[in-house]
Amino acid sequence: MAVKVEMSPVEIKNKKPYLEWGLTEKEYDFISEKLLGRLPNYTETGLFSVMWSEHCSYKKSKPVLREFPNRNERVLQGPGEGAGIVDIGDNQAVVFKAESHNHPSAVEPYEGAATGVGGIIRDIFSMGARPIAMLDSLHFGEIDNAHTRYLINEVVAGIGGYGNCMGIPTVGGETTFDECYSGNPLVNAMCVGIMDQKDMQKGQAKGVGNAVMYVGAKTGRDGIHGATFASADFADDRETQRSAVQVGDPFMEKLLMEACLELTSQHKEWLVGIQDMGAAGIVSSSCEMASKAGSGMDLTLDNVPQRETEMSAYEIMLSESQERMLLCVRAGFEEEVKSLFKDYGLEAVVIGRVTDGNDYVLRHHGEIVTNIPVSSLTDDVLEEPSEERKPERITQAENLSNWIPEFTDVEEILRKLLAQPTIASKEIFTQTYDSQVRTNTVVGPGSDAAVLRIRRTNKGLAMTSDGNGRFVYLDPFVGGQIAVLEAAANLIASGALPLAMTDCLNYGDPNDPEIYWELHQSVLGMSETCRVLNTPVISGNVSLYNENNGEAIYPTPMVGMVGLVKDINKHLTNTFKNSGAKVFLVGDTRADFAGSEIQKMLTGKISGTLNAIDTEFESKKLLKLLQAIEAGLVDSAHDLSEGGLGVGLVESTFSSDIGLDIELKAMKAQDLFSETPGRFVVSVIPENVEKFVEIMEDDCMEIGETTANQKVHLKCQNVDFEIQVAEAQKIWEEAIPCLMK
Amino acid sequence: MKIAVVVFPGSNCDIDLFEALHTVCGAAVEYVSHKKDNLDGFDAVMLPGGFSYGDYLRCGAIARFSNIMPAIVEFAKQGKPVFGTCNGFQILTEAGLLPGALKQNDSLKFICKTVPLTVENNQTLFTTQYKEKETIALPIAHADGSYYADEETLAELEENHQVVFRYAGENPNGSLNNIAGITNKAGNVLGMMPHPERAVEAILGNLDGLRLFKSLLENGKVTTEEAVR
Repeated sequence: MAVKVEMSPVEIKNKKPYLEWGLTEKEYDFISEKLLGRLPNYTETGLFSVMWSEHCSYKKSKPVLREFPNRNERVLQGPGEGAGIVDIGDNQAVVFKAESHNHPSAVEPYEGAATGVGGIIRDIFSMGARPIAMLDSLHFGEIDNAHTRYLINEVVAGIGGYGNCMGIPTVGGETTFDECYSGNPLVNAMCVGIMDQKDMQKGQAKGVGNAVMYVGAKTGRDGIHGATFASADFADDRETQRSAVQVGDPFMEKLLMEACLELTSQHKEWLVGIQDMGAAGIVSSSCEMASKAGSGMDLTLDNVPQRETEMSAYEIMLSESQERMLLCVRAGFEEEVKSLFKDYGLEAVVIGRVTDGNDYVLRHHGEIVTNIPVSSLTDDVLEEPSEERKPERITQAENLSNWIPEFTDVEEILRKLLAQPTIASKEIFTQTYDSQVRTNTVVGPGSDAAVLRIRRTNKGLAMTSDGNGRFVYLDPFVGGQIAVLEAAANLIASGALPLAMTDCLNYGDPNDPEIYWELHQSVLGMSETCRVLNTPVISGNVSLYNENNGEAIYPTPMVGMVGLVKDINKHLTNTFKNSGAKVFLVGDTRADFAGSEIQKMLTGKISGTLNAIDTEFESKKLLKLLQAIEAGLVDSAHDLSEGGLGVGLVESTFSSDIGLDIELKAMKAQDLFSETPGRFVVSVIPENVEKFVEIMEDDCMEIGETTANQKVHLKCQNVDFEIQVAEAQKIWEEAIPCLMK
Repeated sequence: MKIAVVVFPGSNCDIDLFEALHTVCGAAVEYVSHKKDNLDGFDAVMLPGGFSYGDYLRCGAIARFSNIMPAIVEFAKQGKPVFGTCNGFQILTEAGLLPGALKQNDSLKFICKTVPLTVENNQTLFTTQYKEKETIALPIAHADGSYYADEETLAELEENHQVVFRYAGENPNGSLNNIAGITNKAGNVLGMMPHPERAVEAILGNLDGLRLFKSLLENGKVTTEEAVR
């Protein structure tokens, strides 16, 4: 094979290949003039281009991300490591993070989704935690064409293919459908882990002379420039970008995970730091580990296990081959670490040493191919101030009156809503995920939140991932508030106290001032709500440039939240448990139709303005409901979201043998489908009603009772109808399978 | 009675079997690595579900050549209890300890759900605590669970009452004769696609798998005591 001749530093300056790698001319000049005082060579330019990409550096989003609260009394590790860590008592901690894999999934949906799952799992076990659950937030275009069906089938198969093989249950998440995602689907994966606090790890390389060890799969040419690729928007030439997508091997990762967990739990004295090689592969993991410890690093790339021949330093450093970890091992314990990994059939190789100072030195074929300050890659990136502008559509909407649905046949509307893909049952997808492996899943997919028990304790963890781009599109600030509130409400309905959150911020091109404004406003809304709920943001990820041929997706922050169930025996599900129980509506219903499912269904689009949210008030209401649940007064609770009260009531009867008799004297028919946030349908057996009302005060309204006759009977102003539970459930269950055919 | 749970690279229901036997049933149980070459001191062997060797080549096809397998074959020949669920069942068929094979599900998809089963034979070591023809519900979680054997073998299985569990509702994977679990002719080796170890605790919503382990522990106790005499 002929040796490829790389451009010389001068050629790079003149021909500017870095523009294609995502680096701007201004950045290049800053690097050569201010940071290095010389022209960077080919490898170095490549390192800067990936490390200074938005994906690795957050150069665009950083000013906004600073708004997030990220500390409270429970947070043991905030943003900046592989994942955030929260104290759950008994010397245990929960570890979680979410990550997007939108761009790879659009191009190569199976591998894109699979490696998204693989990457987030590595983030969790790199902290020393055993991954216990996966959740996925998926947003696709409408299911009306073969390409979308292909994307859905492949993404779902990729998630299952990886998670099932790893033996980590996929327990929850969401799947929604809107035209704006058709060219740029969103695939956000969240992983939750659990650990003993004494096993906490950091991604750091400190102690001069300590070994830098590479473990796991060999390095190939796959995924080169994946991070840069994720920081640019799509055009129709995406077929050419397939080489930037990696290929996953969950079996390799299973071995890697077990080996790393053995190392972090049983041989802590050997280990100084550990980090996943994710986006930007060896370069990001090694320089971040050095940077966090204020160390230098000297790596010999010839020692990196390679799957292909004749790989250049540039290719080795930028490869995003999967299932690799970087360790910093105390000098003298290299052989022990090698032997531990060998026991799992894995290779562990010393590729370099921690050095004094701040130099990041790479050697290849006997030459020094890189010698730059560590901090130039990690800390010196130029933050890019962005312009902001409130979109015209929002100003216009403020001057118009909001849409109110008009219809005559309520029953028909309810039936149609149950068949809307965003509302309908997702079982066709979720049953291809192993949701039970490791036998801790108390509540699996389909409820408001998943609930897992914590073995050998009386406690549980509830978890949810949620996003509603429609609301954020109409009003980023209020939409951001609703996103956090909705996730918290999902946890409360399961009987859990929300602890903290992670996020994936999925937006369009941040260079568009309107999109940057959406990002900023929604983060402000989310931050405000996080502060009030005391749910700090402990980890997260930003995915910008989600556009297809210049059309941006709805701004879609995904909120992943984890809550603590004090007594696992008091956890709740949506479903009614007893006939003869009183049914309550918690929370007031307003005319909230902007961005609702009924608006989309009847008008084909969303429009209008959102009503302001009183977060303090909402928070108090949520905590009162949790108090009632923890006191054992509540039989079932369902957080109302898409489709409102009408859909929520019917959903709560599914897969039970219980019906409903509901009378809403003050409510107009249309209000059945309003989507006012912060509302719940709750059932309470008669002997608990008095105590329940005492706690909830004015925040609840009795609206009827559960019956033994397996039909839903609903009365409100000018409306009186019945629907059989079995019939409603059939509509809800068959809608997506029918569309997927 | 001491039980071995064999751990292959890629096994992932090993902990579920261990917890079901140890924490729920109070049995003496130990993990045994695929690298070991003997099962000395054990009275029963269990092969867990998962993706041994990544399911590469064919489910169970590589595990069948692992170091521990000759000891498992010998163990089975001696008439001692051997149990395999899901990937464990696939390994037992690959190793020839059970007849037939498990093919990809008819739907070509992984399926995880709880399905109804009929207990066809309650006279095995593993099923004495069930009633004959009782309908129970157990979770399945597999992509390759469609049981296949030639007509002659199927006839023999039926004739000898080797079919222990049959899918009672809709056949979830295309298994011939709705077969969910079978024993060998001697009755000491049971393989099944459903996961009884996932159905042993009320908090997880299903107790129908518990009696399988209790049957074995109860019957195992009798056999070991007899052996001592």
